Amino acid sequence: MLPNYIPAHVPISWYLILSAMLFVLGVAGFLLKRNIVTVFMSIELMLNAVNLSFIAFGFMQHTVAVNAQVFVFFVMVVAAAEAAVGLAIIIMVHRNRKSLNVDDIELMKF
Amino acid sequence: METILFFVFAALALGSAINLIRESHPIYSALSLVAVMGALAGLYLLLGAEFIAVVQVIVYAGAIMVLFIFVLMLLNAEEEVKIDRTKIAVRLGYPLLVLLAVEIISVLRAKFPSEITSHADLLNGDNTREVGRMLFDNYLLPFEVTSVLMLVAIMGAVVMGKRKS
Repeated sequence: MLPNYIPAHVPISWYLILSAMLFVLGVAGFLLKRNIVTVFMSIELMLNAVNLSFIAFGFMQHTVAVNAQVFVFFVMVVAAAEAAVGLAIIIMVHRNRKSLNVDDIELMKF
Repeated sequence: METILFFVFAALALGSAINLIRESHPIYSALSLVAVMGALAGLYLLLGAEFIAVVQVIVYAGAIMVLFIFVLMLLNAEEEVKIDRTKIAVRLGYPLLVLLAVEIISVLRAKFPSEITSHADLLNGDNTREVGRMLFDNYLLPFEVTSVLMLVAIMGAVVMGKRKS
C-alpha cells in the first residue's frame, strides 16, 4: 500500500510543472547547442512540452479533453511538416557551407 | 500506482532531456529525444489520451526522429566543437534560464493549486472514437487544410533538396 503523503491522483499542476521544465530545457538546448540539427531537436522538445500541457489542461475538464487531443494532433501534423522542411533547409545549408555549426552560418548577421 | 508511474515517466523525460543538452554528439542527443518522447507517450496514457499516446510513438518517435537520424547519418555529423563563451553569457545565461523556469512554475502553481487532480475515473476509455468523430465532424475543415499543408511541405522539401543542374 502507498504511504499517505503520496496522493492517489496526480495533481494537474504537477503535469504542468513537468511541462514547464521540459520547455525550459528545450530553450536551454536551443541557446546552448552549436549543432544545427540539435538546435532543431530542441525545438521539437519544446513542441512536445507544450503538447503535454495541452493534454493536461484538457484533462482538467473531461468535456474538453477530446478537443485538446484534436488540437495536439494538429500540432503534431505541423511539427511533422516543419521537420520535413527544416531538414531540407539543413541539407541545403550543409551543401553550400560544408558545416553544421550554427556559428558558421552568419549570412544574415548584422 | 498512478502517482508512481507519473514519477517514473517524469524522471525518465527530465533525465533524457538533460542528457540531450549534455551530450556532445548529435546522435546521442537524438536517442535521448526518442526516450523523452517515449516517456511522454506514457504520460499521455496516464492522462487518458490513448490515441495521442499511440500517435506520439508512431509519428514522433517513429517517423520524425528517424528523419532526424537519417539526416545526421547522411551529413556525417561529428562531435560538436566547443567554443569559448563570453563571460556575460556564462554569468547571466544560466541564472536567466533558472529564472525562466521559476517564473513559469510559480505562475502555474498560483493558477493551478494542487487540489485540482486528474479525473481519470470520468474518462470511459473509448475517447479515441470521440477524437475520430470530432476530427471528421467539428474539425473537418482544419483537417482538410492539414492535407494541403502536408502537400506544400512535401513540395517545399523536394524543391529545396533538389540539386541544381
